Amino acid sequence: MIRIWTLMVVLTMAGVAAAQEARPLAENPQVEARLKVLAVELRCLVCQNQTLADSNAPLAEDLRREVREMIAKNMSDQDIINFLVERYGDFVLYRPPLRATTTVLWIGPFLLLAVAGTVLIMALRRRQKTLPDVVVSDADHERVVQLLSDGAKHP
Amino acid sequence: MKRFLLPLAIFLVMVGFLAVGLTLNPREVPSPLVGKAAPDFVLPQLHEADKVFSPKELTGKVWLLNFWASWCNGCKEEHPVLMELAKSGVVPIYGADYKDTREEALAWLRRWGNPYQLVAVDEAGRVGINYGVYGVPETYVIDKAGKIRYKQIGPVDQDVLDKKILPLVRELQNQ
Repeated sequence: MIRIWTLMVVLTMAGVAAAQEARPLAENPQVEARLKVLAVELRCLVCQNQTLADSNAPLAEDLRREVREMIAKNMSDQDIINFLVERYGDFVLYRPPLRATTTVLWIGPFLLLAVAGTVLIMALRRRQKTLPDVVVSDADHERVVQLLSDGAKHP
Repeated sequence: MKRFLLPLAIFLVMVGFLAVGLTLNPREVPSPLVGKAAPDFVLPQLHEADKVFSPKELTGKVWLLNFWASWCNGCKEEHPVLMELAKSGVVPIYGADYKDTREEALAWLRRWGNPYQLVAVDEAGRVGINYGVYGVPETYVIDKAGKIRYKQIGPVDQDVLDKKILPLVRELQNQ
């Protein structure tokens, strides 16, 4: 048991030793600020569920370098995004644009909501119709009140 | 009995969607570059570092551009297929050595064989970005006018070669 613990401690230490120093930010803070805003909108192509900002994949690093250089060249955000879309397609965008191919994506949820709402309303109406109209006479009403109050006294 | 029909129908539709989803490969991102001109570049050659290579030199030919690297597993996987293709001489294969070191790339080719007419060195991966490469190996079929006609993401296997790449190459060569 002790041996296992020692092994675990040693292994953990190795992990700490292997961890790299945090990378220093690039010199220009303005460029970094713009990169930060842009990079969360862009998808890393390798680890597909991460943004360009989060990913440590070599390609993400290269793409951040490209974006940094484009920012330094004073290109607009739209130009930078176009540069990447031209090469990697709409997939690099975390917010897909409204196109013929993405209409289902954009309209689908609202369509589903409308269908579900209509079904709900129809079901409610149908149920209302099946409920019989029962006329309760005063005498019956009295009896119900009587029974309920008796029940409360003798549980 | 009738009230189970609707849930069953919804369930079946969902199963249908999920079944189709299972057959799709999320790694395959369709390239917007297919049908467009292959991005131009000038890169140093691998074997003769003082010489350069540019796709312009190949105008009028149908050729394959294969991005690879000595560190890439998929490249080893497709390598025998490329060797066979090179031997057949049907279509010339040009390599782009992606984010690699010269020594390791040369050693890799010496060890496993060289299917390429010529290898260009893309050390910083910039040409790769221009081609929309997001993981090696990737292979492009480029026509006589210098347009990209097909992009293979991941290793080229015999099946893809026989069913897609070779028929396309023949068609383009006859144009």
